[in-house]
Amino acid sequence: MTKRRDAAIQMFNVYKRYGAKGALVDISLAVYPNEFVFLTGPSGAGKTTLLKLLYLGEQASAGQILVDGMNLSRISRRRIPYFRRNLGIIFQDYKLIASRSVYYNIALVLEAAGETQRLIRKKVRYMLRSMDMEKKIDVLPPSLSGGEQQRIAVARAMIGRPKIILADEPTGSLDEASAGVIVGLLKDFHNRGGTVMVATHDSALIRSGSGRIFQLERGRLVSAA
Amino acid sequence: MALLMQRTFRDMRENRFLNLVTIATVALSILIVSAFSLFVVNANELLASWRRGVRMLVYLERGLSRNQELAVKRRLLKLPGVTGMQYVSREAALQQLKEEMPGQVALFTGLKENPLPDTFEIRLAPAATGSHAVLVALADRVAGIQGVDDVAYGQEWLGKFANVVNLLKLCGSAMGGLFMLAVVVIVANTVRLTLYARREEIEIMRLVGATDSFIHLPFYIQGMVQGALGGIAGVAILYLAYLYIVGGLGHGIPGTLFTPRFLSPVEYSGIIFGSVLVGWFGCYLSLKQLVRH
Ligand SMILES: Nc1ncnc2c1ncn2[C@@H]1O[C@H](COP(=O)(O)OP(=O)(O)O)[C@@H](O)[C@H]1O
Ligand SMILES: [Mg+2]
Repeated sequence: MTKRRDAAIQMFNVYKRYGAKGALVDISLAVYPNEFVFLTGPSGAGKTTLLKLLYLGEQASAGQILVDGMNLSRISRRRIPYFRRNLGIIFQDYKLIASRSVYYNIALVLEAAGETQRLIRKKVRYMLRSMDMEKKIDVLPPSLSGGEQQRIAVARAMIGRPKIILADEPTGSLDEASAGVIVGLLKDFHNRGGTVMVATHDSALIRSGSGRIFQLERGRLVSAA
Repeated sequence: MALLMQRTFRDMRENRFLNLVTIATVALSILIVSAFSLFVVNANELLASWRRGVRMLVYLERGLSRNQELAVKRRLLKLPGVTGMQYVSREAALQQLKEEMPGQVALFTGLKENPLPDTFEIRLAPAATGSHAVLVALADRVAGIQGVDDVAYGQEWLGKFANVVNLLKLCGSAMGGLFMLAVVVIVANTVRLTLYARREEIEIMRLVGATDSFIHLPFYIQGMVQGALGGIAGVAILYLAYLYIVGGLGHGIPGTLFTPRFLSPVEYSGIIFGSVLVGWFGCYLSLKQLVRH
């Protein structure tokens, strides 16, 4: 393998244990800037757990993780929010705030980052227009369809212009058409230079891409193509 | 900043009922605390005004010579706090008594001899009457002077009144502390309920890069606003009650020249500020607990 640029994501002999059980065992991998990779494997293999380690939703039990050049074991609790602003995260269960409008759900990212109201309004409007969701701006998420909610989740992940997007089963519960829209948005992000890691057990989704595939089985990395 | 205020007041609006109940309870606590303060402040002033009027009467032993009397006078004048004195002979005292009680002339005519002693009436500097202990110490020193038979200055009732005021002050401080504690608990509880209702939202805020201070600040402001509004309401209610009572009194408490005053701006601002601080503290307790979990 030729020498490449510094990795966007790198894991060295990472373990994650819940009690005595190893959810992840001796994981080493590297994802390079502007790659679009898949993390696959049956349910319970550890895909979600691996993504959690990457955004510091959980601490690794052993091993080292580098994300965007930062050693995650060295980030103080206080710095975690700033670290997370470099990532766009799409959660398996959307994690939209049910009692807040679509606008607020997306604007929250920019408010937390301290941007001005005017700029926030402009960016959120623009983002929603580009996803053809402008009419839903004042709607509460629970009254949207699954595909629409996932689009809002993607919008929230992208609004802060992160370098890396981590997506957990982004098409998991969507019909084909909605899934196609989401995949299109992720590909756009990739084409603009972003790095994408998608965890999925959806083989159709994997076939639709051309990136490398990391296969997990019972917490172990069994193949990296 | 504007955004922060917007978030805070949106939160408060959404929990309107809870916030109103909290503010009302804070107001009630502050009303009680400030009513006690008002009472103590006025009792202190009443006490001070009585003390300013205190004259010390020094009764001389019988049969002192002119020189002995002068010696007593010199020694009295050397005492700290004594600013002047007036000699009242026993004859003058009896005459004065007769004039003051014209209906009782028969009482005096029956006397074989004048029972009254010669007296020095001492005027005291304000410093000497400022505290009961100082007054008692001075009286002891006066009584120790050779040729002095007895000293009178209304120590009994003045001391008793001071004791009562001190007791009330103690009770008031304890009650005030208790009610301030109640405010802390109330605000802490409101914040805890709000945090609980919002736990999912807060978790999501963390995940999208919100700092603790971004998440916590609206709660702190909310706690302080509750403290401020409750404090202002409590003091305002007390003021209305004060106006009502003083209006009923007319000119001062009957039999005195004393009109109760309201808390000074410094005093009531202090109480409101305390209420704000206590609101902040209640919030701090809840959030500290949240971070630990
Ligand atoms: N918080 C947790 N506590 C205990 N066990 C967990 C926890 N999270 C995940 N696991 C376990 O770790 C394994 C991997 O789970 P997960 O990463 O969610 O798999 P996947 O996303 O591939 O379906 C599973 O066996 C799951 O039961
Ligand atoms: Mg999963």
